Amino acid sequence: MSLSEAVGGRDGQHMLAIVRRQRIQDFFFHKVTLGFSLLVLVALLGIIGSLFVNAWPAFQKFGLGFIWRVEWDIVNEEFGAAIAIAGTLASAAIALLIAVPLSFGVALFLTETCPVWLRRPLGTAVELLAAVPSIIYGMFGLFIFAPLFAEYGQPALQSTLGQMPLIGSLFGGAMNGIGVLAAGLVLSFMVLPFIAAVMRDVFEIVPPILRESAYGLGCTTWEVVRRVVLPYTQKGVIGGVMLGLGRALGETMAVTFVIGNSNKLSASLFAPGTSIASTLANEFGEAADFHMSALFALGFLLFVITFFVLAIAKFLVIRGEKAKGA
Amino acid sequence: MQQTLSNPNLYRRRMLANRIGLTLSMGAMVLGLVVLLWILSVLFANGLSALDWNLFTQSTPAPGTEGGGLLNAIVGSLLIVGFTVLIATPIGVFAGVYLAEYGDQSKTAELTRFVTDIMLSAPSIVLGLFVYAILVAKVGHFSGWAGTVALSLIGIPVMVRTTENMLRLVPPTLREAAFGLGAPRWKVATFITLRAAKSGVVTGLLLAIARISGETAPLLFTALNNQFFSSDMNQPMANLPVVIFQFAMSPYDNWVRLAWGGALLITLTVLLLNIVARVVIRDKTA
Repeated sequence: MSLSEAVGGRDGQHMLAIVRRQRIQDFFFHKVTLGFSLLVLVALLGIIGSLFVNAWPAFQKFGLGFIWRVEWDIVNEEFGAAIAIAGTLASAAIALLIAVPLSFGVALFLTETCPVWLRRPLGTAVELLAAVPSIIYGMFGLFIFAPLFAEYGQPALQSTLGQMPLIGSLFGGAMNGIGVLAAGLVLSFMVLPFIAAVMRDVFEIVPPILRESAYGLGCTTWEVVRRVVLPYTQKGVIGGVMLGLGRALGETMAVTFVIGNSNKLSASLFAPGTSIASTLANEFGEAADFHMSALFALGFLLFVITFFVLAIAKFLVIRGEKAKGA
Repeated sequence: MQQTLSNPNLYRRRMLANRIGLTLSMGAMVLGLVVLLWILSVLFANGLSALDWNLFTQSTPAPGTEGGGLLNAIVGSLLIVGFTVLIATPIGVFAGVYLAEYGDQSKTAELTRFVTDIMLSAPSIVLGLFVYAILVAKVGHFSGWAGTVALSLIGIPVMVRTTENMLRLVPPTLREAAFGLGAPRWKVATFITLRAAKSGVVTGLLLAIARISGETAPLLFTALNNQFFSSDMNQPMANLPVVIFQFAMSPYDNWVRLAWGGALLITLTVLLLNIVARVVIRDKTA
């Protein structure tokens, strides 16, 4: 029995007309919202495509060796990404080395030892720190942190770690408070609240029954975190760290202010360097054709690197959620 | 009753490890708070002196001269952010509606979610490069519109994510009741679900505004900057973040002073938006 047979009479016909109209409306609604959704996809493809197209002249001239070429000569149009990549990776690595243990400590404190009435304000404080624009960190780094670092931090480092045989050369050279190490430190301030917030959210999802059973067996708080919470949230934590890494790699303002912006590769962390983002920020404004193509090549490389880091992070976070049964 | 331990040394070691671990974690928290307070106090100390009537009434001064304000930058930022909101909100909300409503049934939705998260954390300077390549290079000059497009590329993913999350929080019984009464799908998605998640979507909007107000890198090669007061979106447009960048790195004291004032302004706006967003969402869920 078809629909029109089942619904007889004039009222039935009226209802059929309404249903038919609604089906058409639903169809268009689906298509319209799908269209907006696809717009986002198209934007990403457009970004990758346009970056590559504009970078092509540079890739054509230097080939894949562009990635490890240590050269940035604007006048003679000899470019290589190695200096910028080294600065990017070094500052991001330093930032994570400092920020990850500290974030773990903050997340531990917020979920385990903090008195309940203090949890929300402190949590909000951490999230507000994460919301502060990066240019503020840059200004803080340049005007406040760098002088202090030059006066107290760097001499201390140079007289202790700088005297050791292998790693001593990492801390040599002039101490002006700016450079790769300073950029890494400022970046760590920026990334810390971000990773701490993710870690705290992930720690809070642990089912209380797991924690309570561990406490019931006589574990200390530290043991509960190390042996129950951390293994359970392992993938989520790593995902959070990689998100922080993605942020650190792509950060422009916080780094540009303090990294020194010098296109030379140096063994010392105290020496000025450059990152991909700060090279772009500094040189794009006045770049001519081939120089601009080299800069686009840098931008393309940065996008590819962060794309992979973020994809892995997402994958890990999703796996972590699946393990929890969410 | 006296407690007897089978292995007192092990017990002591465990207790010590616990104490060290907890002290270190509290130390980390204190360090984080100290950094936050330090940054805020530095901002206030340096920026407050620049917060006078001139800041809001005069345009940026020429290098080396005294006085002046940030009027053109403030107005420019308001214009750019305003237009970005106008563009990003419908696209973001509708895409979020699509993901929440039809998301479980389609591969496109899965892909869109993935792409949105990538763009959420992508380096903003690369987005600026892209907009330069398609808008500025083709048209031949920088413009406020290019800056708007660049900021939308950041704002849309934020809106999509928060809209979808908020829509998913709406109890399914509400939707099912609407379906049971015979409402078509599009009415359920908009008049019922979206309306129920209204405050969440507004929160997402506030957070998106907070995020894009502080972004400098995308505006560097798109809206560039403008020394003079201009409300023509088709020309380079002054905006707070780029002005701060330019002034802070300069050797002129007056410019540095204004940079601090602008930095304080941006930070206060961003913090205020975040706090308001939190209050809105708390009232809703309380």
